[in-house]
Amino acid sequence: MIEATAMVRFIVNGEAREADVPDHHPLLWVLRETFGLKGTKFGCGGGYCGACTVLIDGQPFRSCRIPVGQIEDADITTIEGLSSDGTHPVQLAWVEEQVPQCGYCQSGQIMAATGLLTEKANPTDADIDNAMAGNVCRCGTYSAIRRAIHLAAEFQAGAGATDDAGAGGEDR
Amino acid sequence: MSARQEESGTPTSGSSSDEKEKKGVSRRTFVKIGVVAGAGLTLGVTYKVMSGPGVPPTDATFAPNAFLRIDTDGPITIVVGQSEMGQGVATALPQLVAEELDVAWEQVSFEFAPAHPAYGAARGTQVTGGSTSVVQSWQPLREAGAAARLMLRQAAAQHFGVPVEEIQTANGTAIAPDGSILTYGALASAAALLEVPKEVTLKDSADFRLIGTSAPRLDIPMKVTGQAVFGIDAGPTDARIAMVARCPVFGGSVRSFDPTEVLAMPGVDEVVQIASGVAVVADGYWNAKAARDALIVEWDEGPASSLDDAAIFAHLETEALENGRTVRDDGDADAVFAEGGEPIRASYKLPYLAHATMEPMNCTVWVRDGICTVWVGTQFQNALGIVGGGARQVAAKAAGVDADDTEVHTTFLGGGFGRRAERDFVQEAAELAGKIEGPVKVIWSREDDMQHDFYRPASYHDFAAVLGSDGKPEAWEHRMASQSILERMVPGWAPGFVANFAGKRDPTSTEGASNHPYHVPNTRVRYAKVDLPIPVGFWRSVGHTHTGFVVESFIDELAHLAGEDPYEYRRDLLGEHPRHLRVLNAVTEACDWGSPVPEGRARGIAVVASFGSYVAEVAEVSVEADRPRVHKVWCAVDCGIVVNPRIVRAQMESGIIYGLTSALYGEINIQGGRAIQGNFHEYEMVRMNDAPEMEVILTPSGDGPGGVGEPGVPPIAPAVTNALFALTGQRIRDMPIRLA
Repeated sequence: MIEATAMVRFIVNGEAREADVPDHHPLLWVLRETFGLKGTKFGCGGGYCGACTVLIDGQPFRSCRIPVGQIEDADITTIEGLSSDGTHPVQLAWVEEQVPQCGYCQSGQIMAATGLLTEKANPTDADIDNAMAGNVCRCGTYSAIRRAIHLAAEFQAGAGATDDAGAGGEDR
Repeated sequence: MSARQEESGTPTSGSSSDEKEKKGVSRRTFVKIGVVAGAGLTLGVTYKVMSGPGVPPTDATFAPNAFLRIDTDGPITIVVGQSEMGQGVATALPQLVAEELDVAWEQVSFEFAPAHPAYGAARGTQVTGGSTSVVQSWQPLREAGAAARLMLRQAAAQHFGVPVEEIQTANGTAIAPDGSILTYGALASAAALLEVPKEVTLKDSADFRLIGTSAPRLDIPMKVTGQAVFGIDAGPTDARIAMVARCPVFGGSVRSFDPTEVLAMPGVDEVVQIASGVAVVADGYWNAKAARDALIVEWDEGPASSLDDAAIFAHLETEALENGRTVRDDGDADAVFAEGGEPIRASYKLPYLAHATMEPMNCTVWVRDGICTVWVGTQFQNALGIVGGGARQVAAKAAGVDADDTEVHTTFLGGGFGRRAERDFVQEAAELAGKIEGPVKVIWSREDDMQHDFYRPASYHDFAAVLGSDGKPEAWEHRMASQSILERMVPGWAPGFVANFAGKRDPTSTEGASNHPYHVPNTRVRYAKVDLPIPVGFWRSVGHTHTGFVVESFIDELAHLAGEDPYEYRRDLLGEHPRHLRVLNAVTEACDWGSPVPEGRARGIAVVASFGSYVAEVAEVSVEADRPRVHKVWCAVDCGIVVNPRIVRAQMESGIIYGLTSALYGEINIQGGRAIQGNFHEYEMVRMNDAPEMEVILTPSGDGPGGVGEPGVPPIAPAVTNALFALTGQRIRDMPIRLA
């Protein structure tokens, strides 16, 4: 059966996009299935784990709980929109600290961290606890995430510290 | 398995632990197997399936064995036969090859192997589990790299007209005595024409450049840009999405259903009964889920429908106390108990646990023209003749095609922890794909995943001990009961397990208990295998998840009753176990054990050997708002030779968080024969705000590599509860932790 739908329009990673889906469909599945942006992950469907975190008008949201009808004309950023080559300060810090293990939650972690760093350029550990508590990592990369957020804050402050990102041989 | 495959052999088979230590000459035979990017094997293998964006083989590609390929234009690709689920195999295994091949780390890329016996250690069984990847690959992958390097040097010797002994290598180049240089890429065509050597000489460990360094993980760039492909992302873009209604009661089955209303729902194409339930096939996840949730199925709930936790634990207790089979019997425990007065007693209960991988189960299958193609994150690709086979054999059977016509594309795994060693999610998708047209992706909701898991078995443990005049245990009796993971898997997926089972041993249940390391002259351990209709499976660190907790709790109880320091008490009883002592001493040194701790906090300690490695952990805890809070964990690990220190540290931290999650929150309750918890609000996880600070101390030894994926898990729960006892005087004997 075909359900009556209306075009939903919004900006995704800087591009105007439209989707012919019912208003109540969650943003997560529109991103993944309609637009093919599979970097945003499905983890729980209930907003509990944060794997599906994207930025909507700069703020982190759980895309599995956002009906597309509610965000008409919104400006959405997914992991693919942060940078395609991994050069966003948060991505650079994630590489430098070698954060991901299985990696499945990391798009959501990175988007949540990006949201935090937009709001607070130099977050404290308490700020990090607060902002990141909604994102589960079953591999337990929390200590690396914490270090990476502090490092990303430095990168973002323009300390010119991006030169040695990705180096890894020092830890013998 | 075809005769040709058998002849192809596998360079991973039969490496003894003695060999692992040895440098020098190997007599293992290398067989030339060309590997084509993204497709099957080309030589010596009867693969009919060559789909996907594969690069056709050319004479110019040098692929002397199944583990590496050098293209004429330079790229060096190392083929990883084990599954990357976060533990770092897609980095550590290439490190082993690259070390002997003598290439720069920056030149190396990796790809996942097809399902094939060449990548299996035991009888062609390609499985990632038991923290064995580096252990089993240590010798054969270094040999694979060394064989290729020798062939490249031979090709260079021919080119330069000098003896092969005079050709040096560095950073993916061969260097002639006069300083002339050729890249491996330039030599690839000539090297491909040479015989694969039957003997290679491996580097002395003193000459390692890559092994022992924290080479950056090869999978991280794609994991910070969202480009890494997991099972849920893989396969044809036009695959339809299916969800399955499964009987909520374990062991139940479909009695009847009426698809009419659901077929009228938006996007729904088909409703198909399969062995595991009723599949609803739709144009996307949301429509599939809405229809699946709306579908009314009348279930035959079967005999488990009245089962609950109370009955389960009563049964476990009775069986443990009355029906155990002796699995260890040193000295004469009965005699000591008879004359030793009232023994010290304690009993412990541990619940079922779900794996809760971040990526829910899923599998994509396309069956067409007698060919079955599978895209899946699996820990178990291939097996011949045991437990129904790996993903390849299970999919083939379910889809009704030959295994030779079945191809498995292994993706990244969004967590494994033992859950993805099961084949249920592959069987289900392949069965459905065999019944419908076109590719289909079966996706499990979080609730499906949590309520249809193969759980860490619940267990009951009863201990009795008598202390001698010196305060040390004279007699120790441990009676335990649980379901057997091994029995569910019988006839067993590894020959060693089968042999053990035939001998009435069950390491998946009793490991860590039957071989506890403490010196007690009279020790008896009894295990009662209990039959219950709850599916049980391998859960990160398997038997040690419960035996580690109870043994390390009870020894701590004895230390306190003896009035001794829990570290010193353990140390005195571990005289015959130098590697336990090494990590125990290292961790107490790192935390300055015995020094004053901040007001309101206390420390606990535990040490557990598992999967060839030795781990001691100290937890520093407080109680805040009636909840335990773990502030810091020190962890010392001896995993033998360390291939990649940063990955080892990361795995220890990972194991600590995984084990702490189960200690603080982990519990799957059974009511009416079904699992109650369905999502993360009911089955909580340690998150950023309650993750402790962690300090990992590596104490490498020369005993060959041990596992690292699992050994960090077992000590954390008892370290925390022992600390809580020191702080509050409460002994926590039931998991998860609940303070009075």
